[in-house]
Amino acid sequence: MAPVSRGFGARRRETNDRLPPGQYLTTDFPVLSAGPTPRLDTVEWRFAIRDERGESRSWTWDEFHALPFEDIHTDIHCVTRWSKLDTRWRGVSVDTLMAGIETDAEAAMAHCYGGYTTNVPIADLLGGKAWVVTEFDGAPIDPEHGGPARLLVPHLNFWKSAKWVRGLSLLRRDEPGFWEQNGYNMHGDPWREERYW
Amino acid sequence: MSVGAWLAASVLEVRPAALGARALVLDVPDWPGNLPGQHLDLRLTAEDGYQAVRSYSIASFGSGTAVELGVDEVEDGEVSPYLVEDVRVGDQMEVKGPLGQYFVWDATDPSPVQLIAGGSGIVPLIAMVRAHVAADATASLRLVYSVKDADRAMYRDELLVLDAPRISTTWAYTREAPRDWAGTVGRLSATVLAEALHPASVDPVSFVCGPTPFVEFVAETLVALGYRPERIRTERFGGES
Repeated sequence: MAPVSRGFGARRRETNDRLPPGQYLTTDFPVLSAGPTPRLDTVEWRFAIRDERGESRSWTWDEFHALPFEDIHTDIHCVTRWSKLDTRWRGVSVDTLMAGIETDAEAAMAHCYGGYTTNVPIADLLGGKAWVVTEFDGAPIDPEHGGPARLLVPHLNFWKSAKWVRGLSLLRRDEPGFWEQNGYNMHGDPWREERYW
Repeated sequence: MSVGAWLAASVLEVRPAALGARALVLDVPDWPGNLPGQHLDLRLTAEDGYQAVRSYSIASFGSGTAVELGVDEVEDGEVSPYLVEDVRVGDQMEVKGPLGQYFVWDATDPSPVQLIAGGSGIVPLIAMVRAHVAADATASLRLVYSVKDADRAMYRDELLVLDAPRISTTWAYTREAPRDWAGTVGRLSATVLAEALHPASVDPVSFVCGPTPFVEFVAETLVALGYRPERIRTERFGGES
């Protein structure tokens, strides 16, 4: 039994069954980044996928925008314990990007401009669960929130939705990315409270 | 190092830290110790079992079991008003941690270091200052602390009497400066930063902490001034309550 904190609870917020355990609602859009925000020019932007045999495919900004875009309406959950409901994004499904790639990979490492990496199991990227998005709330994504393009894996804690993403490399075996080497969970399911090691 | 279970904590000491902010010292008998710059999760439980959890930066460092937090009251918040206004010595809560292994400074690292704080962003950075003083570290440390006014500066007295030859502190006041202040009042500028900090040529490690717009501005300015992005570590506040 957790000890009672005397007098606590007077200012409590509404609860919501869309809120995973230990999370609280925010209407802001807080930022979690380890370093400076990279400023990227979409003329130079590329997105690439490299499979575990070293074969790769890549898209320029224009080529990427010729792919079918989807609207995504979802809740997001940050390891620092805020959750934001009903966010709206536009982007390309990872299923579309991976179409035709034959792989036995267990996981993918997302690589980003600025050097950040994060690992995500393949099973969490395919099947309509993940996108590379370029719009938030009807406008291009702000650089501090990962623009021009970020990964969106909303069923996992939001550090997995890597900002400034530039590619995925497919891994035979899962490996820790940046935050995962610095104390965060390999998987990151907010509903299972997978926050730290 | 693995983050284990929730640890019992009781309030050992409370003292005002600045206008609307409080230093809270917790006694955590099972605390494994922490590095300067780390944070923890704090859990509060109401009588009916309702719980709330928030992350807080740790102002203390080292192997002791007295863990100091600096808490800034967020208007309309749920947890911070309780911690700043209601909590008394002896009250019970729980913590999990220490958390974060990137925004930490190693006092044995001789490279020049610079700490840039906005508002309550000073909390993890004061832990680094304290670690520097305690270790009599050889690293040259520059601290820049941007606050609205002197009343809102946390650890002001501690910083003013700091007697450490290798630490220099630069204050930046954005709203109102103390009467004897010779500098200009206003948003922290690239000029003030460039004067206060190490030259980029010595490749210092930078720690920047504060509200998101502050951190965005400072980190971008540092990159523009020639500091290597991979040597700039940031931590942002926002959306907390």
